[in-house]
Amino acid sequence: MSTDIVPLLNTIVLPELLNTFYMVIIATVLSTFFGFVLAITLTVTDKDGLKPNRAIYRLLDFIINIVRSFPFIILIVAILPLTRLVVGTSIGVNAAIVPLVIAASPFLARLIEGSLNEVDKGLIEAAKSFGASDMQIIFKIMIKEAVPSLISVITVAVINILGATAMAGAVGAGGLGAVALAYGYQSFNEVVMYGTVFVLIILVQIIQLSGNYLYKKAR
Amino acid sequence: MIEIHNLQKSFGKTNVLKKIDLHIENGDIYGIVGKSGAGKSTLLRCMNGLETYDSGNLMIDGFELKNHSDKDVRKLRKNIGMIFQHFSLLQRKTVYQNIALPMECWGYKKEEIDQRVKELADIVEIKDHIHKKPRTLSGGQQQRVAIARALSLRPKILLCDEATSALDPKTTKSILSLLREINENLGITVVIVTHQMSVVRQICTKVCILEKGVVANKGNVEDIFLHQPQSLMNLLGEENDEVLPATGKNIRMIFSDPDVVKNRCIISTMARDLNVDFSIVWGKLEKYRDDVLGSIVINTAHKNEELITRFLTEADIKWETINN
Repeated sequence: MSTDIVPLLNTIVLPELLNTFYMVIIATVLSTFFGFVLAITLTVTDKDGLKPNRAIYRLLDFIINIVRSFPFIILIVAILPLTRLVVGTSIGVNAAIVPLVIAASPFLARLIEGSLNEVDKGLIEAAKSFGASDMQIIFKIMIKEAVPSLISVITVAVINILGATAMAGAVGAGGLGAVALAYGYQSFNEVVMYGTVFVLIILVQIIQLSGNYLYKKAR
Repeated sequence: MIEIHNLQKSFGKTNVLKKIDLHIENGDIYGIVGKSGAGKSTLLRCMNGLETYDSGNLMIDGFELKNHSDKDVRKLRKNIGMIFQHFSLLQRKTVYQNIALPMECWGYKKEEIDQRVKELADIVEIKDHIHKKPRTLSGGQQQRVAIARALSLRPKILLCDEATSALDPKTTKSILSLLREINENLGITVVIVTHQMSVVRQICTKVCILEKGVVANKGNVEDIFLHQPQSLMNLLGEENDEVLPATGKNIRMIFSDPDVVKNRCIISTMARDLNVDFSIVWGKLEKYRDDVLGSIVINTAHKNEELITRFLTEADIKWETINN
């Protein structure tokens, strides 16, 4: 059986590993972007924010909670029409990225909001006192000062997205999750199944260690 | 010049400031004192628009904050530096970058910023620490960095919100003398909010005592400390704790003129000239800025009262008799 492993590794595991990377990277970049946009809007419109606006805050807060209530596997199916509209298909890696971004953005928004809220209010006051504009306060003070904390929340999110790609594999996205499921579990091949899980474990370790390293460096 | 008329402010149902009238001249070191919750920080924050007020006027050199757009208020803030109790420095930036930040925000040129940062680091004496991060510095050094940052845009006014409350007495002293230097050498008006009377004694020229959102007393520091109004006593927590003899006459001599204390040998002269006996039964002399001020209570026989009081009046020394 061990002779089967090498070709399997080359033809299936390696390309699907690349697919996983692709999904994780694109989904992380996009959801971090949207997460930032949402988080900044939340922080600014919060009641002690720079421009308090109850209506906007409550609306965003509500939408974020709703999206976060969906179990990911249900979310994938529920937004299929939207996925088709955006990428033109409902299967494959690109199709998986749509629900990944939609699920991860509100999650990241909450984490980033928390990071930004932890920035010492005194700093914001000091910045106001020398005449910094709201934009400068957000980008030069709050985000700048929150960088270490932002690194750790993004690390959490990346690992979360990695886990979600495996689930997306179940509905035709490919990636390591699909390998573990199709070539491992459903083919009764435990070596492939546990091997894939092992690869995922290594990936998570690498991501977390890099996150910790960057966090220490940024402090 | 800061002119405040009839200023009122409430948070919800609590009136924090009630009819505040205050006049701060250019070049003053103005102390605003009061217990916590008296409204002093709120009043200070109104001066640079960090806090809004409900009614009344607050004019900075004739400019009323209330009637202007965000942009104009930001411009005004260029002229008003501010320092805080917990220094409020960016922990991830170096001392240099912290001092440079306001100038960066206002789009100054790199060379200009560089020159100004070095100049300021020199003034506040933190040249050796310029490339360190704030958390590696002591509290006093961090406050110096904050002062440098507050001065970077060449303000006319410096607001200090409990700036020395987190520092030990020795460091407090050094920060206060720095503030005084800044006031004297750069001609910057300094407004200090504090609950420490020692701060007022050490550097303020004028003081205003706030009690529950009302100006209880204001005026020259010397006058307030000499006359010891009730509001001051409340603040100092000193009930009338004088222990005076019940017999004879007690006369308080007030040393408001520093000359008297330093040069005129007034006690021995009086004893010799009048040939009367008296005892010093109470006294309190304290340092105010550079002068010594306070009062001494003497006790004497009733028959000497007139003699002594006439001598004091002729010697131009303020006095009062204390009823026992």
